[in-house]
Amino acid sequence: MDGLAVGSLYALIALGYTMVYGILKFINFAHSDIFVLGAWMSYTVALCAGWPQGQPTHIANWVLFVLVAVGVAGGVYALVGRLRLGKIPSGAWTLLLVSGWGFSAAGLVLVARALFAADQKLVAGGVILLVSMLTCGVVGFSLERLAYKPLRKAPRLNVLITAIGVSLFLQNVGQLDWMFGTRPQGMPALLPDKVLATFGGTPGATAGSWDVQPIQVRLLDVIAGGTSIILMLALDRLVFHTKLGRAMRAVSFNERNAALMGIPVDKVISFTFVLGAMLAAAAGFLFGQKYSGLGQPAAAIWVLLGLKAFVAAVVGGIGNIRGAMLGGLLIGLAEMFVKAYQSPAVVDIYVFGILIFVLLVRPGGLLGRVGVEKV
Amino acid sequence: MLEVRDLKVNYGAIKALHGISLRVNQGEIVTLIGSNGAGKSTTLRTISGLLRPASGDILFEGASIRATPPHEIVRLGLVQSPEGRGVFPNMTVDENLQLGAFVRPASERGAIAADRERALGLFPRLRERLKQSAGTLSGGEQQMLAMARALIAKPRLLLLDEPSLGLAPQIVQTIFKIIRDINASGTTILLVEQNANMALRVAHRAYVLEVGRITMEGAAAELAQSDEVRKAYLGHG
Repeated sequence: MDGLAVGSLYALIALGYTMVYGILKFINFAHSDIFVLGAWMSYTVALCAGWPQGQPTHIANWVLFVLVAVGVAGGVYALVGRLRLGKIPSGAWTLLLVSGWGFSAAGLVLVARALFAADQKLVAGGVILLVSMLTCGVVGFSLERLAYKPLRKAPRLNVLITAIGVSLFLQNVGQLDWMFGTRPQGMPALLPDKVLATFGGTPGATAGSWDVQPIQVRLLDVIAGGTSIILMLALDRLVFHTKLGRAMRAVSFNERNAALMGIPVDKVISFTFVLGAMLAAAAGFLFGQKYSGLGQPAAAIWVLLGLKAFVAAVVGGIGNIRGAMLGGLLIGLAEMFVKAYQSPAVVDIYVFGILIFVLLVRPGGLLGRVGVEKV
Repeated sequence: MLEVRDLKVNYGAIKALHGISLRVNQGEIVTLIGSNGAGKSTTLRTISGLLRPASGDILFEGASIRATPPHEIVRLGLVQSPEGRGVFPNMTVDENLQLGAFVRPASERGAIAADRERALGLFPRLRERLKQSAGTLSGGEQQMLAMARALIAKPRLLLLDEPSLGLAPQIVQTIFKIIRDINASGTTILLVEQNANMALRVAHRAYVLEVGRITMEGAAAELAQSDEVRKAYLGHG
C-alpha cells in the first residue's frame, strides 16, 4: 500500500518531466525543485492560514508584494498599450493574468484560514493543496517565459544547462531567510490518518526479515494515492480526449506543423509547464503529509526524490505520459518491497538497478518507442 | 487575394529568396514550379508565417501578414498542407482531421461535420481508416489526409506544398484530379510542385522559380509550350 502511494507520487512528478520532454525535448531539471516548492508552499500556506506551530516565515508578505507589483505593472502596460496602439498588448494580459491568479490564491488562503478556525482540517488541507498548486503553476509559467522561451531556438544543450541553473537558483533562493530559511520544519498533519485494515503476514513478523509482512491499509495512503490517481486520470483524459490535449500532442510531435493547424504553439507550451508544475506541487503537498519532516529546500533527500521521479519517467519511456505513470508505480513498489524485505539502506541500488536494466533491455523505456522518425 | 511583393528571405547568412513577387487571384489555381532548392517551400513557409522575411511584404486580401504569427494566419483562412505530408503519425486519422478544425469554434459544430463529410467524400479511402493511426497509412493516403485536414480548416486560400512528392504516378493522377475538384468548389489554390508536367496541366497561371528568383510567369498552358520550360522541367529535348 505504502508502495502504491509513494509510487503514485513519483508518477505525478514523473509526468511533469515527461510532458516537458515530450514537447520541448529537454529535461527540465528544475522540475524537482518545483516539487520541493510545492511541499514548502503548502507548509507556508498552512502557517498563513493559522496553523500555530512552526517558525513563521516572511514569504507571504513578499508574495503579496510581488503580486501587487505585477498587477500594477500589467495595468500600466495595458493602459499604455491601449493609448498608444489602440489595443491591450498580450504581454499586459499575461501580467494581469498572473497577478489575478495569485490573488485568487491569496483569497483561498483566507478561506483555508476560516476552515481552520472551524476545525475543518481535511477541507482546509484540500484548499491548501489548491493554493500550492496555483502558486507552483505561476512559478512554472514564469520559469518557462523567463528562462526557457528565449532559448527556444538555441541548441538543446544550452537549454539543459539553463535548466540546471534554474534548479540551483530555486534551491538557493528557497534557503534565503525571507523565503523558507534553512531550518527543517515539520509539516502539519492536515489529513486524517489511521490504519483502516490489516491483513496477511506471519504472526510476529519483524521488519527486515524474510517473514511475510502484514499489509496495512492506511487512510493517508489511500488519500494520497487516490488524489494522485484522480489527478492522473484527469490528465490522461485531458491529453487524449480533448481539443487542448490534441494540440499538446501535435506540438509535441512537430511544432511547425502544429502551427500550420492554427495551434498557438507558445500558449500550448506555457500550459504544459503550468500543468506539470501543478502536478508536482500536488505531489509535494501529499509527500509532506506522508513524511512530515521537511528538510531545507536544498537537502539531498529532495534532490534524490526528484531524481527518482526522473528515473520513473525514463523507465516508463520519456515523453510517454502513460509510461510515466507506470514507471512511477513500478519504482514506488520496488522501493517498498526492498524496504520491507531487505533494508531501507539499499533501496537506491535497486531503483537505479531497474533503470539500468530497463535501459539495457528496452532503451526507449517500457512504453517508449525507439523511433526512427518517418519523414 | 494574395500578393507577395519583393520578398527576401535569409537562412542566417544564406539568401534563400532574392526578392520574389507573385499574386494569386480569387478562384485561381496558381502553381509555383522549380527544381529542388529553388526556394519553393521557403516561399510557402514565409507566407504561412513560419519564416520571417528580411524585407518585402505579403498581403492577404489587402492586409499585410508579414508580422502575423502562423496560428493567426490560419484563422484568416490561409491554410497550408505542409510538405512531406505533415500528418501526425502518433494520432489516428480521425484525430488528425479534428486538428484541422482546431481554429473553428465549437459553435460551428454542424458546419464542421458537414465539411468533414465533404472532405471524406473527396477521399473515401480515409473513411475506412478513421480509427487507424496515421503513421500506418501509405504515402498517398497520408497526402490525402493532409489535404482533407486542411480542407476542414475551411481555407479561403489553400497552399499545397508538393502534394505529389514520393507518390506513385497513379495516385498522383488522383490527387491532381481532386485538386481540380477542390478548386471547382470555390477554393483558391497556390500549388507548389516539382512535377511541372502535372502542375501546369491543372493550373491557370504559373511562376517558375530558380534559385530564389522568379524567372518566368504566365498562363500555365503557354508556359507548358515554352521551350525553356520544356527543356528544363518537362524532360523534352
